[in-house]
Amino acid sequence: MTDKDLPALSIADLQSLLRRREVSASEVIDALRKRIQSVDGEIGAYLSLDIDGAMKEAEEANVDLPLGGVPVAIKDIINVMGQPCTCASNILRGYRSPYDATIIQKLRTAGAIPFGKTNLDEFAMGSSTENSAVKLTRNPWDLSRVPGGSSGGSAAAVATDAAFGALGSDTGGSIRQPAALSGVVGFKPTYGRVSRFGLVAFASSLDQIGPLTKTVRDSALILNATAGHDPRDSTSLNEPVPDFAAKLGNDLRGIRLGLPKEYMIEGIDPQVRAAVDDAVKKMNSLGADIVDVSLPHTDYAVAVYYILATAEASANLARFDGVRYGHRAENPKDMLDLYGRTREQGFGPEVKRRIILGTYVLSSGYYDAYYLRAQKVRELIRQDFARAFETVDALISPTSPVPAFKLGERTEDPLQMYLADIFTIAANLAGICGISVPCGFAKVEGHRLPIGLQLLGKPLGEAGILQMAHAYEQSTDWHKARPPIAPAK
Amino acid sequence: MAGAADLDVAYVARLARINLSEQEANAFQAQLGDVLNYVEKLSQADVSHVEAAAHALAVFNVFREDAPRDWFTAEQALSNAPRKANDLFIVPKVVE
Repeated sequence: MTDKDLPALSIADLQSLLRRREVSASEVIDALRKRIQSVDGEIGAYLSLDIDGAMKEAEEANVDLPLGGVPVAIKDIINVMGQPCTCASNILRGYRSPYDATIIQKLRTAGAIPFGKTNLDEFAMGSSTENSAVKLTRNPWDLSRVPGGSSGGSAAAVATDAAFGALGSDTGGSIRQPAALSGVVGFKPTYGRVSRFGLVAFASSLDQIGPLTKTVRDSALILNATAGHDPRDSTSLNEPVPDFAAKLGNDLRGIRLGLPKEYMIEGIDPQVRAAVDDAVKKMNSLGADIVDVSLPHTDYAVAVYYILATAEASANLARFDGVRYGHRAENPKDMLDLYGRTREQGFGPEVKRRIILGTYVLSSGYYDAYYLRAQKVRELIRQDFARAFETVDALISPTSPVPAFKLGERTEDPLQMYLADIFTIAANLAGICGISVPCGFAKVEGHRLPIGLQLLGKPLGEAGILQMAHAYEQSTDWHKARPPIAPAK
Repeated sequence: MAGAADLDVAYVARLARINLSEQEANAFQAQLGDVLNYVEKLSQADVSHVEAAAHALAVFNVFREDAPRDWFTAEQALSNAPRKANDLFIVPKVVE
């Protein structure tokens, strides 16, 4: 095993080497550092690295712990003590976290090493990572295209073997969609399964942290270490946490998969449709029954989301006022001037748009028509899923209707950007879990662009969809493909 | 449902304490108008028989023991302050 091969390993394979003492945790950090140096100039996945800190942790690592000595990249919206936490926003430029998020504490307890922070759309608001105020991240399969978003840095880092695994956050698809567009696995747990304490809040009733990894098993390993109740997050669920990696088999007999007829919309790229059709056939051949289901309120999901998510964001982002941390406008003449100019200078256009929309839908005279009505339609969407899960074990669809789009293609039209999340958004509204797993490639302008298959599971049904995704993944070679910038495994 | 025509971006931006250039306000007015026209479709949903859902998975009455625990020191809490002195945040004068 050379420095060149080491970064291509899955977390599970890396652990085997570490535990057999064939490689040391310090050697792993060193190989990863070299890999990042060689590829990240072109990709732009990372906003900051703490290699010195990681080296110190590696020297003391207990490799027999569940994730002992495994470096994990962290989306730069989760607090890691002593490291920057910018949310890719000018308003938090220079901010350093004075504490660890609960999920970081849990990763450390499991022996993992959080060594670097990855790029994102500012405050996780976007579907392409182009809303980062810091820099662009490029799709590793075609550098003229987006990696997806908002966890685009985490997805691109894993896709280029510049991370063994990463954390992202998913408010409307921000883990699953970039995983699909960059060709990796992305997992959104059930709302409340993982503590949000220390995750900078965007839309508190929708946000959830989850892993982006090279394999389904690796996502299960990270979930094992990070799920569970946290007294510091009152929305975290006090439910037993199973061993998510224990039941990963290759058999789908007895599993019923539902195809939502409302997801068969026009506007799905024909190559995406064909790849998903093939995946459904493959899962059928592994023993799963395929049945048609209906989610009648699907067409409302994006509209509900952009009312509720912006409303919650307008309240959550009120804390960025230039008083206690972050950017402050110079020479304010009074408090209102301080707030108004600090926020004008600190926030980018998409964040401003969403705060303004959220403020509007909550304002006197409009609250009932927008916010309250959206909450009610949200309940209808939740009921759609509850009804579907009475007859099926999981739902299956494309993760994104299209493969990665061009940089700049959708930035001038926010509504078109919002529609990129059409298949992922409802899961957040309903609070259920979902995974995206690679299921093929589209050939576009001479490039191979990854396609993602989405499986949605019932609340707390993570073990089930991980098992299904694993069985599918292991019956294909899609997860072994590497972008041109990374050598094949 | 109220229409996009009701949205006055400059006014709402003041409520949200965000100064906007005229150019930005005009661009947002058009873009958010498109979004509001799109969300009009919610007026077609029959919500007469449903309760509003604040969260997907309802959790009620979450309590924890009211016990002291270690948390930030004053120094840590002030570590990112744009202006500070004597363990305090410094802000412009609020009361005349």
